[in-house]
Amino acid sequence: MADHADHHEHHIHGLAHQFEDMAQQKESVLLGMWTFLITEVLFFGGYFGTYLVYRTQYPIAFTEGSHELDITFGAFNTAVLILSSLTMAMAVHESHKGKKNGILFYLISTLFLGCVFLVVKYFEYSAKFEHGLVPGLAWHPHGEHSPQLALYFSLYFGMTGMHALHMIIGAALIIWLMVKTARGTFTAEYNAPVEIFGLYWHFVDIVWIFLFPLLYLLGRT
Amino acid sequence: MAEHHNSPTVATYLSVFAALMVLTTLTVGAAFQDLGAYNDLVAMAIACTKATVVIVFFMHVKYSSRLIWLFVAAGFVFLLIMFAFLMADYASRGWADAPGSYFMSTH
Repeated sequence: MADHADHHEHHIHGLAHQFEDMAQQKESVLLGMWTFLITEVLFFGGYFGTYLVYRTQYPIAFTEGSHELDITFGAFNTAVLILSSLTMAMAVHESHKGKKNGILFYLISTLFLGCVFLVVKYFEYSAKFEHGLVPGLAWHPHGEHSPQLALYFSLYFGMTGMHALHMIIGAALIIWLMVKTARGTFTAEYNAPVEIFGLYWHFVDIVWIFLFPLLYLLGRT
Repeated sequence: MAEHHNSPTVATYLSVFAALMVLTTLTVGAAFQDLGAYNDLVAMAIACTKATVVIVFFMHVKYSSRLIWLFVAAGFVFLLIMFAFLMADYASRGWADAPGSYFMSTH
């Protein structure tokens, strides 16, 4: 009990009462975030597994579907996301030093790049609507593999749509982090929220790293 | 548990970024080469390399505790198990075709 009173007197900024010290808290927070990310890996794994099954069954239709996508957009967005991972890593780097302006600068950069990605995605989606390549919403029959092509595009919209949703949630979280940063919440000792958001952002980048070759680059020879 | 943080430097991050960009160029280039069945293999090998680099450096697994390292690795092992059993199912359909067989294929 005396111990408890002592803790309250020397309350450490950002340290939850159930933890012994900052190091223990950070280890727990990181492990918790990784637990969530592993469930995300398995969640997206369901999509990738479905892709794997249908791709092996209908390779020709999947190649035809892939040819409807623009590699330039896909490659550009891949580069944008990789750059945003770099700026996010830098935001975490700055947060370890408790540098408010540094964190803010790199968070804004990451948010900007995330928005660039989504805008490009918007134009890609619009083109698909124009060309009648959206199963269920705007679909025109396309040749003899039309039903299988619809399967490819269902997966395309399912996978990239879920990825884009993760980006949108990420963008909202960046704004929340920016507000907390501006208020001076993060210090060299307490910066776990920035760090675990970084893990989330890099995870979303990794999903795209696989989506790009699987959706855009089929049968290009 | 506490002192495993020798954080990566900015130079490390920039090298990782450069490597990821080079690998992206490589995967686009490889897609236009006729490698037959190896096209997919090369694309996935490059994607896995990129993902590993991101996990190890950007996501700090290299600088984290062994517990986190093990945790992350276990997650991906389970993903591979899921894919393996999924494809084992689809690949083996029709192997035991016989009228009335429990394993009778649907096509």
